[in-house]
Amino acid sequence: MTPPQRRRRYPGQDTPEPPPAPFKEGKEGKEGKEGDAKAPERLYVVAGPDGERADIDLVTLIVARADPPPSATPEQTAMLRLCTAPLSVAELSAYLSLPFSVVTVLLTDMLTTELVHARAPIVRQALPDRSLLEAVMHGLQRL
Amino acid sequence: MDFKGSDTIPGPRTEDHLPHTAQAAVKIVIVGGFGVGKTTMVGSVSEIRPLTTEETMTQAGVGVDDNYGSESKTATTVAMDFGRISITDQLVLYLFGTPGQERFWFLWNGLFEGALGAVVLIDTRRLEVSFDVIGRLEERGVPFVIAVNSFPDAPRYPIADLRTALDLAEEIPIIDCDARRRASSRDVLMTLLRFLHSLARAKAPT
Repeated sequence: MTPPQRRRRYPGQDTPEPPPAPFKEGKEGKEGKEGDAKAPERLYVVAGPDGERADIDLVTLIVARADPPPSATPEQTAMLRLCTAPLSVAELSAYLSLPFSVVTVLLTDMLTTELVHARAPIVRQALPDRSLLEAVMHGLQRL
Repeated sequence: MDFKGSDTIPGPRTEDHLPHTAQAAVKIVIVGGFGVGKTTMVGSVSEIRPLTTEETMTQAGVGVDDNYGSESKTATTVAMDFGRISITDQLVLYLFGTPGQERFWFLWNGLFEGALGAVVLIDTRRLEVSFDVIGRLEERGVPFVIAVNSFPDAPRYPIADLRTALDLAEEIPIIDCDARRRASSRDVLMTLLRFLHSLARAKAPT
């Protein structure tokens, strides 16, 4: 039996870094400004007036810095209760049943007002850190 | 373990809290066609019940200015399951099972750019559904390995034939797995890590 046949493709650039510009596959992609084209059309536009968002990844770890102040919204209160211990943005999104983009917007505000602290993820480098890879391997071996 | 109802959990169970010492996280993306076993693989190695993050996208063709108020007609919800493995007290690994269609990938900012690498999970009964995913990863320069989820009634091709059919470079690992088994899924991740390590060594030999 012969399997179907694929043809190889190659990176658009010689090096994987910096990350390729986000695709604008959608028909409306050209509407976006250069810098923020990463965000496709969003259903919810609940950001502040400037719509600025913090650089938040799915695996950015969020930790509460304070108890919910009296002025906190229900979402903020829920978020602060969840991340008394570090929790990823992905987990916050899952537990709160809120889309990632909405959580990002909420967190942007909470980072500005110093209600939460963000621990940045380790992202893939052009030259991956071998000691990091070794640490992950050791961790997996213990599974 | 019961994976049902994971979408309505109010918060992490006590044992699902990360230690306060957790400083940073890394991620690996498991990508493949519908029903190929991504969530099964995530669930078999995850220390938490797989969770789901959802994102909403509007359908293509909707004007930017006039979608206000018309969301319900054009919105599509895309779900992505994920799991977690604590590596050390400081370091956490997240695994994301991602739909194969690239138009979904942008919904989660930096999903692939920030990932250590990817596992392409394939089903030999529908090999061709993985072609586009593999091509997209190649274009983006995301390192990946191929894991063949061994369904009982799936055709068995020799690895060499699969490599030819998928037009993969010699160094890209292809391994058989049973995504339901923790040890097997862990071996897939180890294969990816070893591959990443070999790439790092080749780039910066010391």
